[in-house]
Amino acid sequence: MLKIDNLHARVEGREILKGLSLTVNAGEVHAIMGPNGAGKSTLGHVLSGREGYEVTAGSVLYNGVNLLDLEPEERAAAGVFLAFQYPVEIPGVNNTYFLRAALNAQRKHRGEEELDSMRFLKLVREKLKVMQISDELLHRAVNEGFSGGEKKRNEIFQMAVLEPKLAILDETDSGLDIDALKQVAGGVNALRSPDRSFIVVTHYQRLLDYIEPDFVHVLAGGRIVESGDKSLAVKLEEQGYAWLADIHPDLARAELAGAPA
Amino acid sequence: MTPETLSPVRDNAEVEAALNRRYEAGFVTDIESDSLPPGLSEDIVRQLSALKNEPAWMTDWRLAAYRHWLTMPTPDWAKLKIDPIDYQAVSYYSAPKAGLKSLDEVDPKLLETYEKLGVPLHERARLAGVAVDAVFDSVSVGTTFRKELAEAGVIFCSMSEAIREHGDLVRQYMGSVVPTGDNYFAALNSAVFSDGSFVFIPKGVRCPMELSTYFRINAINTGQFERTLIICEDDAYVSYLEGCTAPMRDENQLHAAVVELVALERAQIKYSTVQNWYPGDENGVGGIYNFVTKRGDCRGNDSKISWTQVETGSAITWKYPSCILRGDRSVGEFYSVALTHHRQQADTGTKMIHIGKQTKSKIVSKGISAGHGQNSYRGLVKVEKGADGARNYTQCDSLLIGKRCGAHTFPYMEVKNPTAIVEHEATTSKISDDQMFYCRSRGIGEEDAVSMIVDGFCKQVFRELPMEFAVEAKKLLEVSLEGAVG
Repeated sequence: MLKIDNLHARVEGREILKGLSLTVNAGEVHAIMGPNGAGKSTLGHVLSGREGYEVTAGSVLYNGVNLLDLEPEERAAAGVFLAFQYPVEIPGVNNTYFLRAALNAQRKHRGEEELDSMRFLKLVREKLKVMQISDELLHRAVNEGFSGGEKKRNEIFQMAVLEPKLAILDETDSGLDIDALKQVAGGVNALRSPDRSFIVVTHYQRLLDYIEPDFVHVLAGGRIVESGDKSLAVKLEEQGYAWLADIHPDLARAELAGAPA
Repeated sequence: MTPETLSPVRDNAEVEAALNRRYEAGFVTDIESDSLPPGLSEDIVRQLSALKNEPAWMTDWRLAAYRHWLTMPTPDWAKLKIDPIDYQAVSYYSAPKAGLKSLDEVDPKLLETYEKLGVPLHERARLAGVAVDAVFDSVSVGTTFRKELAEAGVIFCSMSEAIREHGDLVRQYMGSVVPTGDNYFAALNSAVFSDGSFVFIPKGVRCPMELSTYFRINAINTGQFERTLIICEDDAYVSYLEGCTAPMRDENQLHAAVVELVALERAQIKYSTVQNWYPGDENGVGGIYNFVTKRGDCRGNDSKISWTQVETGSAITWKYPSCILRGDRSVGEFYSVALTHHRQQADTGTKMIHIGKQTKSKIVSKGISAGHGQNSYRGLVKVEKGADGARNYTQCDSLLIGKRCGAHTFPYMEVKNPTAIVEHEATTSKISDDQMFYCRSRGIGEEDAVSMIVDGFCKQVFRELPMEFAVEAKKLLEVSLEGAVG
């Protein structure tokens, strides 16, 4: 599904990703952990095509297509979804309206029939049930005045409606209390399927108690330096990142200690 | 949208009747187009009045206004760059070609244009249920729904007709809200106004439908000088819609309208405008100069006047729909979206004059600037000595798209009563990269994202508009903002 090879990317002239490689197959859940400033959020932004992120080398193949050639909205239509670390407020724009516009824009792009309001509403109701989200959320403006937890839940709800093939969750757990965390994780788990893949970026092993990953990777110094199964996350939780310096002497200790974000 | 809610036959008959009345009045001469030659003088004012078959008092009123106008300097306080206007180069009257007896005879091109603009002359669903007094150049070509309105006792007709047939009412109210010498452009309008609409809602009547006028400027070098007068007697209510577009042209066109609203005891007037005149091209060539004086007088206790405007057109907009809150507990509202793109300039806002006790006013202004557009909000909140407990809330938001545009806010407050509460909130924001990326990452393309964000920004104003108008307003903003990003 996704093959990232030797990816180098710059933001404002500073190289953040320095040769990142990662392969994600259909149906897999990959957790990416790492110290602050390692490039975790940059990876999400590069994959979804944010302006200002300059790819200087490497390639990203997504279902055989060069993902880097596509505009952000084309990537969305192709099934790439980014759940934002800081979801953006759009005052005055109704949440439901926004979501329907997004879904129909994607469908149109894929040559599928657009959903009329009746069918869309039916879909939304189904997803609300699965996500255990109150429909009060639908009537408000996009993220406007939402609490931190509501914003994150709204991201997952959007994901549920848009049904992407590759979902990137950028620190979706940050700022959530345990109940909200469970709810968000429950939403993600409900969406797991053999043809949908997840990249879960997180600081904490805690999330992985609820969303069980197939693979865990450590992103440090702009590349994946260690990969393993769920036990790697447990080890990181217990021991931090410093031990990685012993097996990767080229990594500066500062990079493992967490450079200022 | 369902098609056809009105029989076109009945419709045609109505229009025909209106046109025939004009014949009876000897209004239409046998020449093809009776325009006055360019220029302005007492003689022209007299000719204009004669051409319109007006009574002597009207002619004198015009002449007095003209003489006053001659003594006035051109206002220069607005934040607008305006090339000097040659008032002698303007033709002050132009009527469409004579001889139309029914809609079938109306120039098909005109009908086509109306169709594109969605003007429901042969009632299309969009504005079904709305009476239309369409102004083509300076004279009404058709009026619909007159019968229903007449049954309710409502008078809705062209100003020319009102002067001839309801002279007493016109004489009583015209100029009572905007005096002839009020300002430079109002004086000019008073001297040379060509036509407009007249609405009278008698005591206790709730106007059974929304009244609507579409204006359109057509003939070259023809200034448009609309004059509208709306009177709501005690306990009466009316919602009035005004919408305009103009075809592409290169000459700057002068437009100076006057709108007067009078609300008596407990009366309510809701006045909505969608203005989409030709704004000029990307380089600022052409476009309409729009100098408008709009004022409502809440003369009666517990009366209410509400202005809602969506301004996307014109090269220059100079416009401050205002409320004089004379009656106790009267309420004034102003909801505005003004968009300037390319080289458009707008200096617009409102005046709320609190005179009566416990009077309330609310101002919500949304300015959007794109390209090299310059957008100024200029508003006055004035609380007179006797206005105990007066209350004003002003919210003034500006949205910038791109780096070369400008937004300016000039709030004025004069408060002479210590019990008054006056609030002002202002924000200026840009469509952020974050918002754009958020929309795009969900699959929404750039242009759609911008119009969605702008639409959200304007929501507070749009929801004050009648439904059909809100849809149109949204579409207008989309069209007006094409090419604003990227």
